[in-house]
Amino acid sequence: MISLAGILPTSVASTLPNSNSGYVAAAYIVFLAIVLIYVAIMAIRLGRVERKVRELSAREREKDRETV
Amino acid sequence: MRSPSLRALSIATAVAFCVSLSLVFFYAPIEAEEGFLQKIFYLHVPLAIVSLSGFVIGGLMAIAHLRTRDQRWDLRSYVVIHMSLIFGAAVLITGSIWARASWGHWWVWNEPTLVSFLIIFLLYATYQPLRFAIEDPERQARYASVFAITAGAFVPLNFMAVRLSASYVHPRVLGSSSNLPGPMMLTFFVSLGAMALLFATLCCYELAAKRTRILLKARSRILGFQ
Repeated sequence: MISLAGILPTSVASTLPNSNSGYVAAAYIVFLAIVLIYVAIMAIRLGRVERKVRELSAREREKDRETV
Repeated sequence: MRSPSLRALSIATAVAFCVSLSLVFFYAPIEAEEGFLQKIFYLHVPLAIVSLSGFVIGGLMAIAHLRTRDQRWDLRSYVVIHMSLIFGAAVLITGSIWARASWGHWWVWNEPTLVSFLIIFLLYATYQPLRFAIEDPERQARYASVFAITAGAFVPLNFMAVRLSASYVHPRVLGSSSNLPGPMMLTFFVSLGAMALLFATLCCYELAAKRTRILLKARSRILGFQ
């Protein structure tokens, strides 16, 4: 059985039924982890797009200079 | 979507989740039979409802794509199904955690609700390989739309079949047999609203990212950089 002892303050943990509170914590943590992983993947992708935009802008500037 | 509305949607989602979690842990009473374990219900059931609704909405968007031939509908359908699949994975994991605590098993094969959800999840897991196995973008969009419509029609049929099934042990939340007290019902609907908002926000972010990438590719092509 998973225990919440040590995760929650003693005053809060003592008010919870002993059984199953760890499973509830596990379910919510898993959900939070899935959302966070997704957001992290989105952030990595965004970084890649930003890099491409910078590259594109730099190349555009180079091309403009060459034509001038 | 413009960024101010995306920002507003994100703030609304964050506020809704704070309210929802506060209600779950500080307002909703502890259920007599399940005890504290019942708190998983406010996460698992909204996830399942939003995920299944997303599959159906993806099918409706695919119909709009086939009717109008507008590629934006295909993109929306793809994003909604993609997000529903992620939510579906969360449904299976949180459901398994609940089953382990309540029934003593991570998975029960003779329970129609669990198995039917797994079938739907596996069905949609084939959507992306099918989609990206086709190189021609127009054919890819058309085939993906046909798949989304067929599978989207299967979702409510499957749901009804499970409801009509006589022997089940999975608890029923909404329906004639449901007798949730007011505070629990309120908490449940707020959680459902928060989950729907999260789904919409993540879909909008994904759509914005995909559109930006498409625009970037097009711009590179126009400038002759690719």
